[in-house]
Amino acid sequence: MASISSRRLAKELREIHAEGCPVGIELLKADDFATWWFSIEVMGESQYRDEKYTLQFRFDSQYPISSPAVQFVVGDGREAPIHPHVYSNGHICASILGNEWSPVLSVIAVCVTLQSMLASCKKKERPTDNDRYVRTAPDNPKKTRFHYDDDE
Amino acid sequence: MSSDYEYDDDDYYDDEDMIDGTQDDDEISDDDMDIADDIKSAAKGKLKSYEVDYDSLSQSEVEKHIRDDTEHICGILGVDLSTAQLLLRHLKWNKERLIEAYMDNPSKVLVDAGVALTESHSQPQAAPIRTQSSSSSGSNSRRPTRSSSKLIPSRSSRSSPTSPTTSYSIPKPLKASKSIQHFLCPICFDDDPALRTLSLDCEHTYCSGCWTAYVVSKVRDEGEHCIRCMEEKCQLVAPDNFIQSILVPEPGAPVGDPTEEAENAKVWARFQELLIRYFVSCNRDLKFCPYPSCTNTVSCPSASSKLSLTSVVPIVSCGARGIGGQDEQLSQSQGRLGALQGKEHKFCFGCPIEADHRPVICAVAKMWMKKCRDDSETANWIKSNTKECTNCQSTIEKNGGCNHMTCKKCKHEFCWVCMGPWSEHGTQWYSCNRYDEKAGQEARDSQSRSRASLERYLHYYNRWANHEQSAKLSLDLYAKTEKKMEEMQITSALTWIEVQFMKKAVEELDKCRQTLKWTYAMAYYLAKGNEKELFEDNQRDLEQAVEQLSELIESPIEPENIPTLRQQVTNKTVYVAKRNEIVLEDTANGFLDGRWKWNASVDGFDDPDPSLIAF
Ligand SMILES: [Zn+2]
Ligand SMILES: [Zn+2]
Ligand SMILES: [Zn+2]
Ligand SMILES: [Zn+2]
Ligand SMILES: [Zn+2]
Ligand SMILES: [Zn+2]
Repeated sequence: MASISSRRLAKELREIHAEGCPVGIELLKADDFATWWFSIEVMGESQYRDEKYTLQFRFDSQYPISSPAVQFVVGDGREAPIHPHVYSNGHICASILGNEWSPVLSVIAVCVTLQSMLASCKKKERPTDNDRYVRTAPDNPKKTRFHYDDDE
Repeated sequence: MSSDYEYDDDDYYDDEDMIDGTQDDDEISDDDMDIADDIKSAAKGKLKSYEVDYDSLSQSEVEKHIRDDTEHICGILGVDLSTAQLLLRHLKWNKERLIEAYMDNPSKVLVDAGVALTESHSQPQAAPIRTQSSSSSGSNSRRPTRSSSKLIPSRSSRSSPTSPTTSYSIPKPLKASKSIQHFLCPICFDDDPALRTLSLDCEHTYCSGCWTAYVVSKVRDEGEHCIRCMEEKCQLVAPDNFIQSILVPEPGAPVGDPTEEAENAKVWARFQELLIRYFVSCNRDLKFCPYPSCTNTVSCPSASSKLSLTSVVPIVSCGARGIGGQDEQLSQSQGRLGALQGKEHKFCFGCPIEADHRPVICAVAKMWMKKCRDDSETANWIKSNTKECTNCQSTIEKNGGCNHMTCKKCKHEFCWVCMGPWSEHGTQWYSCNRYDEKAGQEARDSQSRSRASLERYLHYYNRWANHEQSAKLSLDLYAKTEKKMEEMQITSALTWIEVQFMKKAVEELDKCRQTLKWTYAMAYYLAKGNEKELFEDNQRDLEQAVEQLSELIESPIEPENIPTLRQQVTNKTVYVAKRNEIVLEDTANGFLDGRWKWNASVDGFDDPDPSLIAF
């Protein structure tokens, strides 16, 4: 019997192939049900005009009951966007990836939420505790208990 | 299975009573017997100044408190049981605040607590407004809006409730099947017509498999008792009976996978434990027993305030013994570990530092532990088990609790702690425990001052660590002692019961070393002066008595000396217990009288006089 996680991811992938991704989001690679990559850019006027970032999703067997581990890819010429909720190692502090994760959310829903998080940014800056966090951060951002300071 | 001893478990545990029965021979003086009697009767009767009054509660007793509180709220607010539970948990079990908030704005409190607003929360009313079928099975989760029946009907003239729908977003599930009759779980995309579906009052419907996986993950992996609907931003909290219906098969339900059912039953038990832990954590008078897999609670109102912790050291015990499940195995395979078996669940109600840090109060114990952590590298060498003989420099290893060392090579006798000659230790004027402040006072320049400050710290740390080390070695000592007891039975006419005096002595030593250890943390922070000197006199007397008893226990056994040894050990044990009483009692009284002054600022005390601050 296929696990819930792979059945669910297969379904999400079929929908992406059938209907395509929302504007500004592109599927880069999804060869298995463990790790997927997307490119993401903000359309229209924004602080991130003409910038393109790579998002990585890691799934465990509990997906979608448990949230995916999502982060921006850093290295090989790629960088994390400069944003008050994005650390320079690519980790993202967003409640939707933590305590407000809901199993009805999908990979695309996460992409769209992060895209609008970037779009609504007024000032490009790193989180105030960036250096301290990056020095001690775990490899998997899900192991961090983020404090969601300014949730909308 | 080896059985070295001719006794069964009953004898072993009942020996306290039996040894008392054998003690009315004239080997023990009347005087000493009186003290022993005093100690015994105090344990049952009135409290000593270093003891606190407390109660231990079993899980079911706490559950009864929870039920009483919940029913009380049901009666006052006119809500059903599961609503009352969610309301109380939301307001951290503060009944007064709940009643106040509810009177002020019931629908806000209900929404915030994750309760669906239905007509049942209004005061008794005529016709129910709900019109929709409550059967959720087969309903489609894409139902775009909540039915109006979910709104609270206007209940009274004093408040007009706001619509709860404003706090929800419209559900946006993944694309589910378009067919209305056909259920497709929006999480796992299963559309088996036989699928069992469930929803809370919000009617966000999912298959039971997804619900189970979700509840299990929340309870088991996250230790969460407040389990919200799986829908994004839906704030409804699953009531207990909903969780139960997911984890516990209803009577007569088809038998499922036994391993899964067993796992779910464990998760259900864990959920109930989480609820109790939460209730206990909301109540300052209660603490959950910290021993693994113990579910008892201790109630100690006299130590619930921060202020109370400046004058009492609330050492309590939950009433249980041993470590859950393991205890039985231990007693069967390892009779020798008698010392560890059935150890009572003792802990400090005021802090998590150590099971028993009497006589020193929590705040000072905490300062001391921090100091030790910060200075751990400087002091590490002390913890090592080997030192060099001060006379011939050969390496000597410590392997017992006794501080009296004899060099194997040159026969030089010295004290393990201060390295001074042992010959001076037995006398009243010699104080191995007291730090000579003179050296520190004479240090003028900063370099020698910081050196003196380190030496002062090392003086206390050395002694503190030595008692800790001895406590760690006490398991070995128990084993060695049991061997000796065995030997004695063979070489003398003593029975098993009659050699128990050795075990009693080791137990008393253990207790006293624990006290001594913490007296060094206390002395490090005590401001110098008369009070400190008296404290150190008592400390020294206990220390000397402990070392003497320690030495007696570790001395080699000559068959012809056994009766003398027995008398000496028994007398010394009683004496040591008395010295321990004096230290504990006098220190506790000092806290109650406000007699102790510190050389550093301690939480809850006035800042020390500048002239008393230690360098
Ligand atoms: Zn499902
Ligand atoms: Zn819901
Ligand atoms: Zn316990
Ligand atoms: Zn404490
Ligand atoms: Zn020597
Ligand atoms: Zn000494």
